[in-house]
Amino acid sequence: MDWIKRFRIDTFVFPLIGIGLCVLIWYCISGREISSTVKDDFGDMVTVTKRVGLSEDLPTPAETWAASKPYVIKPFEKRGELDQGMLRFTWLSLKLVAQGYFIALLLGTPIGFCLGLSKTFTKIFDPIIQILRPVSPLAWLPLGMVLFLSAKFTVHIPFAENVTYTASELAAIFTIAICSMWPTVLNTAVGVRAIPQDYINVARVLKLSRSKTLFKVLVPATLPYMFTGFRLSLGIAWLVIVAAEMLTGRPGIGGFLWQQYNALSYAHIILCILTIGIIGYALDRLMSMVEARFKTI
Amino acid sequence: MSHYLELSKLSKSYSTPKGPAIIVKDFNLKVSQGEFICLIGHSGCGKSTVLSMIAGLSEVTEGVIVLAGKEITGPGPDRGVVFQSPCLLPWMTAFENVMLGINQVFYTASRQEREQIAEYYLTIVGLGDSMHKRPAELSGGMRQRVGIARAFALSPKMLLLDEPFGMLDSLTRFELQQVLIELWRRDKKTAVMVTHDVDEALFLSDRIVMMTDGPEAEVGDILEINFPRPRERQAVMEHPDYYRLREHLIEFLEIHAHKKKPVQQVSAPVAPAPPPAPKSASISV
Repeated sequence: MDWIKRFRIDTFVFPLIGIGLCVLIWYCISGREISSTVKDDFGDMVTVTKRVGLSEDLPTPAETWAASKPYVIKPFEKRGELDQGMLRFTWLSLKLVAQGYFIALLLGTPIGFCLGLSKTFTKIFDPIIQILRPVSPLAWLPLGMVLFLSAKFTVHIPFAENVTYTASELAAIFTIAICSMWPTVLNTAVGVRAIPQDYINVARVLKLSRSKTLFKVLVPATLPYMFTGFRLSLGIAWLVIVAAEMLTGRPGIGGFLWQQYNALSYAHIILCILTIGIIGYALDRLMSMVEARFKTI
Repeated sequence: MSHYLELSKLSKSYSTPKGPAIIVKDFNLKVSQGEFICLIGHSGCGKSTVLSMIAGLSEVTEGVIVLAGKEITGPGPDRGVVFQSPCLLPWMTAFENVMLGINQVFYTASRQEREQIAEYYLTIVGLGDSMHKRPAELSGGMRQRVGIARAFALSPKMLLLDEPFGMLDSLTRFELQQVLIELWRRDKKTAVMVTHDVDEALFLSDRIVMMTDGPEAEVGDILEINFPRPRERQAVMEHPDYYRLREHLIEFLEIHAHKKKPVQQVSAPVAPAPPPAPKSASISV
């Protein structure tokens, strides 16, 4: 069957060519260990290993795999606070991202609606939004630390253990929320402005109340735009996690990455980068599936 | 005879950088209860503006609109509006679209009663089988049927129709005119419809109000249509007066509607006079 062949080439072979090329380039610029036997100052024969290559400290693909194996093969193992399986780290990071992301949606959507509905509101707050939007997470985090320096929240969950948030945790959530909020804000605003006048006329002719107009007409008409914003926001929230965990030293993918850099264990940096990339891609696919469901209306 | 709907000295103007642009000026019209009025005129002459002022969607600059003894100050469900594009909310089924208005007007009725009203009107307009489909699954004609059902289901004081069949092909248009006239005969609603289709106006209305071209559009002439009701298309077209009235309308649209033209031609003398267009049934620009 010809189309099956085509399908396999398109979906498997071509991407594999790309990955293979990247690994080849990686292999070419990475350093290799070369052992040689030389006479030392005392005349004894010793074996000296040294790394050579374009970037001699960059581990080769094979070395990276060898060093990463325990983290990948036993993804749920916990050997220490900053020495856990990859999926365990991912789970810790995702938990933090989820909290910040939901705060971003909860704040961003209403702000977007206000921006879209009111010209006055836009005139008052748009300049501030435009100024705050490009600020890097690395800049927000220290401010978050200052904000929550003496704060210690305990959330009482019925029938379960209380959850206590430390200052660094709150700062990380704050950073994720404030950085990932903007796509939701701006896309919702664009969506509200793009609602056809016809729909608004229907609401006016039927004299729908304000809340009915909002939930029966405005929100459904804006949903596709809102979900585009939600997807972009999730991408940014995941992007911010590394910065947030690096600076706060919390266990998680970003924290592990930074710790392994300090521990001169460079292979694990590559492992972390790949994991972050794959998780980010998976999240994006997931959100675009949700988005596609709402696109049909 | 008391007048049900009265438009007196109605004007609409927008302020532009070059001073106020007057769309409609001193528009006077009296409509009796149960009357079917068609507003006819060239595209952009301001007939839709008049309609949306009656609907309350467009603010009145000067003058008053009185409906059943009350001045109109804003939009409301007491005037059923059928828009040019059906304006259905695409995330709701046809049934839900009709229910949206019914829930608003008959909020004291039980849920069952309200659903019965929606089902009744959707069945009358011929959507008994596809009332639970979304607008995207319906054809253009079917969507406009939903729009008509939505307007009638609210049992409004009057109906406002803004070129409701303008986007449909002529066969579908004939079908929907039939649907409309039958619904109208049942309820005897006062109706004002905007159209630029001469035959449609002749078939449906009791009186045809011809509007002069904008800017500063006003009532040019009013034509009484006395074909016996209930009307059948064939009978109407074979009526001895039909072609006389039709000629009158077309003549008005081709000559009298442009009565303000000479004033404009002073400022733009380059434009040559257009050759007389062949007389066509439907004036669409």
